[in-house]
Amino acid sequence: MAPSSTSSEGATDEWVPPSRRPELADVVPVPQDDGPHPVVPIAYRDEFREVMDYFRALYFAGERSVRALHLTAEAIDLNPGNYTVWHFRRLVLEALEANLQEEMNFVDQIAECNPKNYQIWHHKRWLVEKLGPGIANKEHEFTRKILAMDAKNYHAWSHRQWVLQALGGWETELQYCNQLLEEDVFNNSAWNQRYLVITRSPFLGGLAAMRDSEVDYTIEAILANPQNESPWRYLKGLYKGENDFLMADERISDVCLKVLKNDSTCVFALSLLLDLLQIGLQPSDELRGTVEAMKNSDPEIADADLATAICLILQKCDPLRINYWSWYRTTISSQI
Amino acid sequence: MGDGRELAAEKHVRYIVTVEKKKDSFESLVMEHIRLNGAYWGLTTLDLLHKLDAVEPDEVIQWIMSCYHPESGGFGGNVGHDAHVLYTLSAVQVLCLFDRLDALDVDKVADYIAGLQNDDGSFSGDIWGEVDTRFSYIAICTLSLLHRLHKINVQKAVDYIVSCKNLDGGFGAMPGGESHAGQIFCCVGALAITGSLHHVDRDLLGWWLCERQCKEGGLNGRPEKLADVCYSWWVLSSLIMIDRVHWIDKDKLAKFILNCQDKENGGISDRPDNAVDIYHTYFGVAGLSLMEYPGVKPMDPAYALPLDVVNRIFLRKEH
Repeated sequence: MAPSSTSSEGATDEWVPPSRRPELADVVPVPQDDGPHPVVPIAYRDEFREVMDYFRALYFAGERSVRALHLTAEAIDLNPGNYTVWHFRRLVLEALEANLQEEMNFVDQIAECNPKNYQIWHHKRWLVEKLGPGIANKEHEFTRKILAMDAKNYHAWSHRQWVLQALGGWETELQYCNQLLEEDVFNNSAWNQRYLVITRSPFLGGLAAMRDSEVDYTIEAILANPQNESPWRYLKGLYKGENDFLMADERISDVCLKVLKNDSTCVFALSLLLDLLQIGLQPSDELRGTVEAMKNSDPEIADADLATAICLILQKCDPLRINYWSWYRTTISSQI
Repeated sequence: MGDGRELAAEKHVRYIVTVEKKKDSFESLVMEHIRLNGAYWGLTTLDLLHKLDAVEPDEVIQWIMSCYHPESGGFGGNVGHDAHVLYTLSAVQVLCLFDRLDALDVDKVADYIAGLQNDDGSFSGDIWGEVDTRFSYIAICTLSLLHRLHKINVQKAVDYIVSCKNLDGGFGAMPGGESHAGQIFCCVGALAITGSLHHVDRDLLGWWLCERQCKEGGLNGRPEKLADVCYSWWVLSSLIMIDRVHWIDKDKLAKFILNCQDKENGGISDRPDNAVDIYHTYFGVAGLSLMEYPGVKPMDPAYALPLDVVNRIFLRKEH
């Protein structure tokens, strides 16, 4: 919780326990029914328990009132994960025909302190569905704010993708991906979002139209950080299901060779080369030369063919996954 | 594994039994609304360690059934909480552990789950309509355990899951969502249960999954994230279902899990030297089970229950 903020509407500067509030005087609290509770004299637990006991009383009575709304806010403040409280709050909001814009401000405050909570994001989505397209930009601003704190927050990304697809706001999304990848090119969530944008944005013409410029962008990212798993997978994804195009694009094998010149043990470069050979790439002299040079430094693989040699090199430079690479080797020899 | 790093099974059993009784701790209050999940994690771990007899079955069943909502057919996370598929699956799984599915109105529960399927084949978690591939798994797993898969449109359910497949062979929470090991377990599990694994690019996904193993041996859930004991379950079970588990270094993973034990007071944490909790204790022991660790019962990777429990359900032909 942010120390200065109080996200509950019912709270005042001096916290008054529900049992001493005149507006709740007629409510009989209902304790949680799961066996005997030893009394532990810790203030926070007492506060927690009392609020929940009063919440339960109103929840079981189905009372959809302003005081019930306030009590749900307090209960949420104490434990934003309690889904039953959120459910009841929505029923109360509906019954009171409450101002949902204000509700969005309320939930946003809570989300900022609890950004990895399923209930909060679902509550936001429920509100977005009611508030409609006018709120799209505000939602995109909000997820930006959350992603600025943790650029891989899965909930925030899911919400952002849903708002994009339901209400739009694609216009600046590729630019946003550029920005996030400039900040951290290892951010797999941003690469995933980039793929969503280039394949689904109504403004970009789809994968086929974007492929050429995306290959350039991705290769630049790979050359800057060859150990980054995400752009390697993204590069292959740009040619998903179109092996002939993948093979024909010389930029693909070139980037592998360029990387291997500086780091002959780069797993992702070797692996992509292997994939290219597997789908039928006729190796260039340069490719042969690069692999031959690696073979020379290791007498064990001197006699192996190109693809087998790459597998043997991978087995050595990626021992954690030695079984994967030796399996890959068996698929190659069985094909040739 | 004979280097002093061994599973402190008895300590873990004691830890679980004590957590169950500490209803007044802070953790217990915060987890109050998901107590049924906690019961599933704790009791399954006890069963994996051959110690399910440490609890009184009738007490457990009675409490489980007090979380049931006869009007909807679903279970809440605790007594007095709303029904949701997350807790309905846990309730069904716990009843399976004790061979007490007879306590259920099976058709009523199955109708509750089936009623949450949407037109596009996806599933909502409850009447409020949150959609996630987690709920597809939960629905399919629950209905299969109840022998009621025919109550849903399986083809549409499968099509929806396949629509969440990504360029790396993994799956996300919804179409276009980033691949995440937890969501991958859900999608692969649902496809396995419905006999639809031909939709998975096994080699592509297998490589992505084995890339999740970090240098220290533990598994992460997405690229560039920290290793965490819980992914021992999500990643390993997925690898087993697609028959690629030999692609990771099991000894190193087992050592990572064993290093996350509190050897004094029991329990397993997310990473070495962190505080233990019931969730990671379950995932640690379940991960070891999937690697055939001695003294731990084998676990079914799709149903997330001990294999003997699953066999009891499917080899008995009374439904």
